[in-house]
Amino acid sequence: MSTVENTETQSSAASVRPAKRSVPDGLWLRCDACNATLFRKQVEQNLNVCPECGHHFYVPTASRICQLLDPDSFEEWFAEMSPSDPLGFSDRKPYRERLIDEQRKTGMRDACTVGRGYMRGRPLVFGMTDSAFIMGSMGSVVGEKLTRAVEKATELKLPLVIVSGSGGGARMHEGIVSLMQMGKVSAALARFRKARGLFISVLTNPTMGGVAASFASLGDVTIAEPKALIGFAGPRVVFQTCKIELPEGFQTSEFLLKHGFVDRIVHRAELRTELARIIDYCGG
Amino acid sequence: MPHVHQLPFEKPLYELEERLLKLEAQPDPTPAEKESMRRMRVELTQMTRERYQNLDAWQTVQVSRHPERPQTPDYLELVFDEFVELHGDRSFGDDRAIVTGFAKLAGRKVMLVGHQKGRNLKERNECCYGCAHPEGYRKAMQKMEMASRYGLPIVCLIDTPGAFPGVGAEERGQAYNIAVNLRDMSTLEVPIVCVVIGEGGSGGALGIGMGDHVAVLEFAYYSVISPEGCAGILWKHARHADKAARALRFTSKDLLELGIVDEVIPEPLGGAHRNHFGMATTLKGSLVEAIQSLEGLPVPELLERRYQRYRKIGRFEEVGQLPTA
Repeated sequence: MSTVENTETQSSAASVRPAKRSVPDGLWLRCDACNATLFRKQVEQNLNVCPECGHHFYVPTASRICQLLDPDSFEEWFAEMSPSDPLGFSDRKPYRERLIDEQRKTGMRDACTVGRGYMRGRPLVFGMTDSAFIMGSMGSVVGEKLTRAVEKATELKLPLVIVSGSGGGARMHEGIVSLMQMGKVSAALARFRKARGLFISVLTNPTMGGVAASFASLGDVTIAEPKALIGFAGPRVVFQTCKIELPEGFQTSEFLLKHGFVDRIVHRAELRTELARIIDYCGG
Repeated sequence: MPHVHQLPFEKPLYELEERLLKLEAQPDPTPAEKESMRRMRVELTQMTRERYQNLDAWQTVQVSRHPERPQTPDYLELVFDEFVELHGDRSFGDDRAIVTGFAKLAGRKVMLVGHQKGRNLKERNECCYGCAHPEGYRKAMQKMEMASRYGLPIVCLIDTPGAFPGVGAEERGQAYNIAVNLRDMSTLEVPIVCVVIGEGGSGGALGIGMGDHVAVLEFAYYSVISPEGCAGILWKHARHADKAARALRFTSKDLLELGIVDEVIPEPLGGAHRNHFGMATTLKGSLVEAIQSLEGLPVPELLERRYQRYRKIGRFEEVGQLPTA
């Protein structure tokens, strides 16, 4: 692990947005993977990776931007775009209320952030989905922001990096309108591809359902963080359908690498370096 | 005619029909009996029309899943004049859940892609009840790509509960193959007409559903998630599927209002399952009309239209307030 990365990252961490929900509150926390009791600050300084076992914790949008892009280089686009309620949806709680609660909790308007920035001096268009906001699911705002980001990247002839963290897939609360966002973003990526744009898709824990079945799978190069959950159907649904014990490591990054759907598994500390290197290879 | 599968809300219809059949079976009916039979026929028609005009979302789902509802193979016989099936995805196998091949539609040569659920238990198991695997989506894409090169319009008949959720499907890249279809269908240089003929189940439906003209049969549905799946997650139990069905707004009327589909194709009295031939005739008319309207378009215009068709879907506020903490 590179310590240079870490200091670089932390210096600008406060400048974007306050980090929320990165690791549970409190001075100490327990690692989900190895059960070690860890000093919270130490984990944060280590890019939210467990210093004992290397387990990759969730990273909020602001910290992710700091980790990947050059300090203060990120210019956010369409920051004020906000969700509406196309169906008038209500389950046990109206979608409108749910949105307000999620917005309060995360300080974000919706699950997606896009913009332009620099990665070790290389200009690029950057987008990400944040699994803290309704599981990072894709509704109209996520679909629209990503589509615009892809169109901008096409127009500006810049490489595109999208970091996915979406356990929810397409957002149920926006129904069929969400499903169509998959088609919308994918069609934009088709045009970007035809214009010889480079798209690097970074899959983080979790990337599932309609997000996995659209833009997240369409990278020219697909990178995954270690041990992320990635797949189409949720493991519970697969288990209920097949009624067989799921293979060990099913739907992890390593599983996808083995079956040929991921190019590289990259530790978070190496991510920026790796991405910059790939951009160089493809003439970005 | 014995009805093996009766939907709960159709019970009064079948009762009336049975009484009518009994009367009709009597030899030499009196004029009074003839008159009462006539009245019963009128009543039956009215009752059927009324029931079907007022189906709720969950009843619509039941109709769309009716075992006697016409499926792709029925339409292959009733709508198309010829079908030359093409098998296989060239890298793993031949998924029976999606059938593909050359077909003739009112004298036109087209490429047909359609989900297949199977009629009996053996067929259903072979077809995984219409849930396609990655090889199905790959097969569809491979044939559609060929159609694009030879200038054959594409007809997609969608009828799936969803893409198959299984270990093998995940191992062979279910998500990846659907994603590729969404991307690559958007660039095919021939008209694509898609019709949801029964169930439009999520990514499994959209995986062969990126078209220039997207239609839905009157009692079909098209949804981001099955009502049972949605209920299981948001209501914590699948028994609330009827509530989820209402909330998801996925009936043909909703889909037209939301701008998701371009056309709702009316079904015969009492649903497609009561009159395969009638349904097929209407469907054929719609398909021909849709292809005709797209045929003359220059390729760049066709592609731009298709792009914009999806580009404009989505509702959001350009500038929204963030609630104060």
